[in-house]
Amino acid sequence: MNTLVDSAIRHADFRAAPDADRMREVVERLRGVLPAHSVLHRDEDKRPYECDALSAFRQMPMAVVLPDTEAQVIAVLKACRDLDVPVVARGAGTSLSGGSMPHASGVVLSLARFNRILELDPYSRTARVQPGVRNLAISEAAAPHALYYAPDPSSQIACSIGGNIAENSGGVHCLKYGLTVHNVLRLRAITIEGEVLEIGNAALDSPGLDLLALLIGSEGMLAVVTEITVKLLPKPQLARAVLASFDDIVKAGDAVAAIIAEGIIPAGMEMMDRKTTAAVEPFVRAGYDLQAEAILIVESDGTPEEVEEEIARIDAVLRRCGCTAQRVSQNETERLAFWSGRKNAFPAAGRISPDYYCMDGTIPRKMLGRMLQAIAAMERKYDLGCMNVFHAGDGNLHPLILFDANDADSWRRAELFGAEILELCVEYGGTVTGEHGIGVEKLSSMCVQFSPEELKSFFAVKAAFDPQGLLNPGKGVPTLARCAEYGKMHVHRGQLPFVDLPRF
Amino acid sequence: MTDPVAASPTASVGSAHAEVLHDIRSKILRAAADRMPLRLRGGGSKDFLGQGFAGELLDTRPLAGILSYEPTELVITALAGTPLAQIEAVLAERGQMLAFEPPSFAGAATVGGVVAAGLSGPRRASVGSVRDFVLGLGGMDAQGRELQFGGQVMKNVAGYDVSRLMCGAMGILGLITQVSLKVLPRPAAEASIMFDCEAAEALQLLNTWGGQPLPISGSVHGAGSLVVRFSGARAAVEAALGRMMRDHAARHIPEAAAVQLWADLREHRAAFFADAGRALWRLSLPSTAALGPLPGEQCIEWGGALRWLVSDADPAVIRQAASAAGGSAMLFRGGDRGAGVFHPLPAPLLALHRRLKQQFDAPGIFNPGRMYTDL
Repeated sequence: MNTLVDSAIRHADFRAAPDADRMREVVERLRGVLPAHSVLHRDEDKRPYECDALSAFRQMPMAVVLPDTEAQVIAVLKACRDLDVPVVARGAGTSLSGGSMPHASGVVLSLARFNRILELDPYSRTARVQPGVRNLAISEAAAPHALYYAPDPSSQIACSIGGNIAENSGGVHCLKYGLTVHNVLRLRAITIEGEVLEIGNAALDSPGLDLLALLIGSEGMLAVVTEITVKLLPKPQLARAVLASFDDIVKAGDAVAAIIAEGIIPAGMEMMDRKTTAAVEPFVRAGYDLQAEAILIVESDGTPEEVEEEIARIDAVLRRCGCTAQRVSQNETERLAFWSGRKNAFPAAGRISPDYYCMDGTIPRKMLGRMLQAIAAMERKYDLGCMNVFHAGDGNLHPLILFDANDADSWRRAELFGAEILELCVEYGGTVTGEHGIGVEKLSSMCVQFSPEELKSFFAVKAAFDPQGLLNPGKGVPTLARCAEYGKMHVHRGQLPFVDLPRF
Repeated sequence: MTDPVAASPTASVGSAHAEVLHDIRSKILRAAADRMPLRLRGGGSKDFLGQGFAGELLDTRPLAGILSYEPTELVITALAGTPLAQIEAVLAERGQMLAFEPPSFAGAATVGGVVAAGLSGPRRASVGSVRDFVLGLGGMDAQGRELQFGGQVMKNVAGYDVSRLMCGAMGILGLITQVSLKVLPRPAAEASIMFDCEAAEALQLLNTWGGQPLPISGSVHGAGSLVVRFSGARAAVEAALGRMMRDHAARHIPEAAAVQLWADLREHRAAFFADAGRALWRLSLPSTAALGPLPGEQCIEWGGALRWLVSDADPAVIRQAASAAGGSAMLFRGGDRGAGVFHPLPAPLLALHRRLKQQFDAPGIFNPGRMYTDL
């Protein structure tokens, strides 16, 4: 193997635990650069960090550090580089893909104490914030100026903006307002060498290669972000939503396409299937049509004039597409009621099943009907239920596979079920992750989406930033060896992949 | 929903472009073996852009054709050498557009060149830039390998975002062979207004309006007047128009004249850009930045975030002023190009650029020196 690949796969085994001497050496060194209360090394102190929101994957780290200042972050990174210790940066720990799952012989670098909004300027419509600031806290701080930060992942009450950068988070409004990458102007980031990078600036363009786009969504594998400048947008004066019922899920999918063909980009366009409405209705009492095979929530926002015009157009398209019932929200309470089921779909899944496993593939919208039929067949194949909720406007699927974590075979089947959905996403021209990231969870599915040459390009990016392979190793990009193993059973773009690769 | 536009062009383009790709691969492999630079070029509409432009020509125009276009998916995929004009015509038939309004300088631009140069037009401040609309691309590296990054869907976080990294890279990381771009519907209504005001007042108004729910889709200030375009729902555009006439005694520009005005601005046919003899600078600044006094004439776009400057001032003075204002300055046309064109990078970033170049193009054959010397 050449050095390029080496740098990417060093430390890829995040289960390999250190011995006591090594642990002592690393903790000593960290205590040399941080106050004692900022270095956690006893099991009971480290326990809260052993997993993120993908709790099926757990690993105790060697140590956890909680620096207060950028200088301390730099010192930690330099120490880890010198001692060849992996570093896993962590925000609020809400990743759904195990992106911040610890490394057994590594350090978790928590940015929880970087929780200040440094500057919020309504005139330039920007906010300069630390990475540990919660997503919603930015919009709350901007609210008095009638501004907000647009990306709104459903975990926005808890998730940190630093984590949003790592995952390029979206939300229910990203068809109209974009993802994290479209709403961030500047990052300040520290390399594993402890060098400060200023990427982007408060202007719209910056010179050189677009490193901002490269860092956003890089899952903490290229650098550690210490400061972020985000764009703020004027808060829409009004939002109204249409709730439409369909007796056939394909018809609902066609209605989504028809709205777009009409030249409308709604603020949000979400779909739930019958199983989901049945699960959420007793929970939220939103008044969903429980007879409908699928319901659509289509939202329009803007000035009152704009909203009135757009809602009328949306309404006309929905009727033309054969919706069996439809309601337009008459006030904010009713609009929020429409959304309540969608926003509570995940907890509702937790209510009707011991556990659920959330998928995040994206497909071209036109494949929605076929995908749903395929998922129905998989439910029978794996003998597990699945609730289907979608960001229908951008083709991002969140099937919730219902299983029981206390039953090992049930989890095994859930994993296979999920992997099969993701492979179908790739086959349909989509991707294995729309917004949750690869983390540890979808490494094998990456082998289906990318060729060995494409994966090597990712290693090349990694090597340019982190030649020792210390930042969040084992995440995001699978090793070729892993793909070789996975490839024995799978077909990539119609050909058997990795047939020539040595097995090791 | 299958769209007739989607299927038809694909098959015929497919076999023809395999042959073209084969020729291109041979050329790249030869260049890599001999360590001889290649000059990647589409229609040559941006030959003036950047610095140093040497090496054997690799013309992407034979690699042309729209691979797929599905209006309801809001995505078009085309080979790199496809003329921009062709793409825009196909989109217009379905009432859609490339919302970032890339300039096509003299009509010869190709879509690959649009992405490689990363230039956006008047609508950029409100809808985003080229890179915001790049969903995926195909490329060829120095080893002649075809690689695909991103895809044709709006949301995709699998792997590093190499497609956006290639956008605006001036071809220094590899050849772009095809691109997938997000498209948007044309706005239901559009109208432009104009009134007289000084630059400082224009900046103040544009930044204030930026924080209000006004459907602004373009702005330009020059020679003592401000022109603003509004796009969106009919009712919203009319409301904005009414407000501008009431508050600023603005004149409504007749539609045909307005369309012409924005096209001339986008294509640099406007009078401001006519003086070919002097250096034209492109300053990217925070929209609120007060730029210190600089000799020459200014034209302000993007709500204040883009300042064009025609000036004979010392490049160092202009760059210093841009840096001090929190932005950067690029020598767009003319002037002394030997002293560098793009804004100098701080040392840690330049080192990172070198390592990325080395990783992506080890033999150093793709447009060396076009962006920065020795990259």
